[in-house]
Amino acid sequence: MDVELLEIRQHMGRFPPFDGLSDDLLDAIAEQVEVSYFKTGSDILEFNETVNDLCYIRSGAVEVYRRNGELYNRLGEGDIFGHFSLLRNHKVSLPAKAIEDTLLYFIPDAVFQRLCEEDDHFADFVELERPRLETIAEQQKKSNDMMVTRIRKLVTRYPVMVEASTSVQRAAQQMSEAQASALLVLKEGSENPRFSFKDSEGQTWQMCGILTDSDFRNRVVAEGRSPQTPVGEVISSRLITVQSDASVYEAMLTMLRNNVHHLPVVYRQRPVGVVHLSDIIRYETHSGLYLVSNIFNQSSVQELARLAPDVRAAFVRMVQEDANSQMVGSALSTIGRSFTRRLLEMAEVELGPPPVPYCFMVNGSMARNEQSIVTDQDHALILSDDFDPKQHDDYFYALAKIVSDGLDACGYAYCKGDVMATNPQWRQPLRVWKAYFQDWMANPTPERLLHSSIFFDLDSCYGEDVYVESLQDLIAHTAPKSPLFLAAMARNALNRTPPLGFFRTFVMEKDGEHNNTINLKRRGTAPMVDLVRIHAMACGSKAQNSFQRLNDISKTQLLANGMSDKLSYAFEFMCMSRLRHQMIDLQESRQPDNNIEPENVADSERHTLKDAFQVLSNAQKFLKFRYPMPAQRQGR
Amino acid sequence: MRGIRPRQKITQADWNGYMAQRARKARNPAIQRFFDTPLPDPDTPIAEVPMVALDMETTGLDERRHAIVSIGLVPFTLQRIKLAERRYWVLNPSRPLAEASIAYHHITHSEIAQAPDLEEILDDVLAQLAGRLVVVHFRNIERPFLDAAVKARRGEGVLFPMIDTMSLEARLHRQTLWARFRRWLGRPPVSIRLHASRERYGLPGYQGHHALVDALATAELLQAQIANHYRPETPLKDIWC
Repeated sequence: MDVELLEIRQHMGRFPPFDGLSDDLLDAIAEQVEVSYFKTGSDILEFNETVNDLCYIRSGAVEVYRRNGELYNRLGEGDIFGHFSLLRNHKVSLPAKAIEDTLLYFIPDAVFQRLCEEDDHFADFVELERPRLETIAEQQKKSNDMMVTRIRKLVTRYPVMVEASTSVQRAAQQMSEAQASALLVLKEGSENPRFSFKDSEGQTWQMCGILTDSDFRNRVVAEGRSPQTPVGEVISSRLITVQSDASVYEAMLTMLRNNVHHLPVVYRQRPVGVVHLSDIIRYETHSGLYLVSNIFNQSSVQELARLAPDVRAAFVRMVQEDANSQMVGSALSTIGRSFTRRLLEMAEVELGPPPVPYCFMVNGSMARNEQSIVTDQDHALILSDDFDPKQHDDYFYALAKIVSDGLDACGYAYCKGDVMATNPQWRQPLRVWKAYFQDWMANPTPERLLHSSIFFDLDSCYGEDVYVESLQDLIAHTAPKSPLFLAAMARNALNRTPPLGFFRTFVMEKDGEHNNTINLKRRGTAPMVDLVRIHAMACGSKAQNSFQRLNDISKTQLLANGMSDKLSYAFEFMCMSRLRHQMIDLQESRQPDNNIEPENVADSERHTLKDAFQVLSNAQKFLKFRYPMPAQRQGR
Repeated sequence: MRGIRPRQKITQADWNGYMAQRARKARNPAIQRFFDTPLPDPDTPIAEVPMVALDMETTGLDERRHAIVSIGLVPFTLQRIKLAERRYWVLNPSRPLAEASIAYHHITHSEIAQAPDLEEILDDVLAQLAGRLVVVHFRNIERPFLDAAVKARRGEGVLFPMIDTMSLEARLHRQTLWARFRRWLGRPPVSIRLHASRERYGLPGYQGHHALVDALATAELLQAQIANHYRPETPLKDIWC
């Protein structure tokens, strides 16, 4: 191999998508590369010109434009362009210009096509945004903690074991005593070496079967066997086990594949426990379960506040174990709701029972089950229509104050917009709330809705759930028929736009400006939430969670086919990026925030984030078009 | 190489006339073929000239005492450098190789022991150069060394026009009024060596002193020089020598 080719190879091998290529493919590229120099300001690709190469920036910087001259992307060392045209009609749709003296490597089309055919990762990378986001979202789903956690972690106790000669009655008694739903049946000897083991006293046993609750029903009672039947006669000869170091995921697959609900866990050949399908389900959905039960065991605000570090630790653990954003969001929201509930219980103990029924409503991210570790409190009180301010308001103000101060002590900062039950405007009987919503939807202006849009994410946290449900019904019924309202919401949703992407260590804005950091909530997840909410309201969905809303939207004709999937991949990726950076902040003992610094963004992450921004940006354009502002009304 | 200055340009030679005359007189068939392949007309715009970047590593600086160790060449045009068509040969210099030059060129005794003499590959080299304008960085190595080596083997030498990226750089940085003013002030002259010249155009740093790497580096440098200081329409006669 020629030395200079190694240099080309080494350079390309450092940048995606080439970093994942085999050595053979990298050689094939380096062999065929053509080189060209472009002076600052010179055109590299002109609109509609024929392209036959993929362009790779060896040094310098390049800007890519849309046909209308709008900046599409700014690229630096190691970036590629021209692949969209190669994948389509070989005509330049996005012209490119050198903005610094630039040296380009041209990879001929034939090599490019070969790379696409032979390397899936490369093909995913160069195709338009969807596949890449999809691949990564899928990978995240697959690599969540079920893949890495060993099944032995779910084994909480030693298995109940009986000899094969034991009567089924005696075995049933033992199971009841141990509150076990399955037991293992053993006999002496080692005829079946696969299942034989030595116990602590050196005696050789072999496992010959498992007996479960349902076996008693099916194989004993239903068949009319005597209680004295030895268990050895009723067990099935088929025995499926799992090694203790297998992953939770493997264990789950084993159960599904063999259609069994109980699985003996063995270390080498010695049984160490039995897991049930429900153990796995519980593990998957309630990683924060222990924390929640702990919250309900505390009896003062001080004690609750002491749990704050545990919340952060649980958060870091979930992100490290590659939980997806929905798992993290719903776990943190559950924790937040538990704090709120516990505070309400404590307040009721202190203030006495409420004079009229009420519902404590949560709004914003908690209502959507999308909380992160950086969050403030948004809530309101919906009171019974029997509420009499003179008589009852002191009670509810005191109640709201206890909860709000308590949440602040536990790390949920006061809401800057004063969306809290302590605000008299947001502590009202149900009929007033209904009037609020009707007014917002009937007489919308973008300015008025700016501060009330947070109420369109609403869920009950404690008390009379039906109050919130009736408001949700009202919205689902009225919003689809209120084009003016949807248009005003859409206009507000366009106030915050994503950046274009990254360039070197900067965030690239659409006007070509550079910034050092980006607030990923303000510029990514929040505008996405706004956008999804509008479509969801337009189709009468009552879901609050953005993923569920997207799911509802996908069942309608509102968006082009596949669009809601695209949005949910983009949303998932932006959420995960934000969570990961918050985790890094916590690990490095910094105050976590919503900012990410481009130098901390890995190459692959920045490409995918850029794709996500692009999806969001396109969806925003569609929003404007889908919910146009009707002609200005005269007079006001 | 320090201390060596490009020699004064002698005259604007009538290269096409010289080539035609050599083609008539040549006795060696390979050399005859080389001179018989027509060169672009001196008025051809540089953007239309087929070129080949050439670099040689030698055992020293004097063509009478030293020999060629390796040759690298990369065909190119102003638009594209065609790496796929690159050629590279390690040669047996048949003269002792100083330890210092081994460290310098990264070529070892064992590589050279198995390498051919220039004689064996000369036809191939000439065929690659024929009809293309040769581009070098500092022609006072490549030109005399190749001429002397061919003369020693075939009885007649080869001289042909070249574009010298170093002398293009010297025109900009050594022969201007500003350069003379700097000299008068006692400032060190601007470096016109390959690496330093490339840096001025924002070209990446390569590991130098490998004939093929340097040939590629020279081709890139010429593209940058033309893009920055000339035009695609600049006639060949303005820049060859």
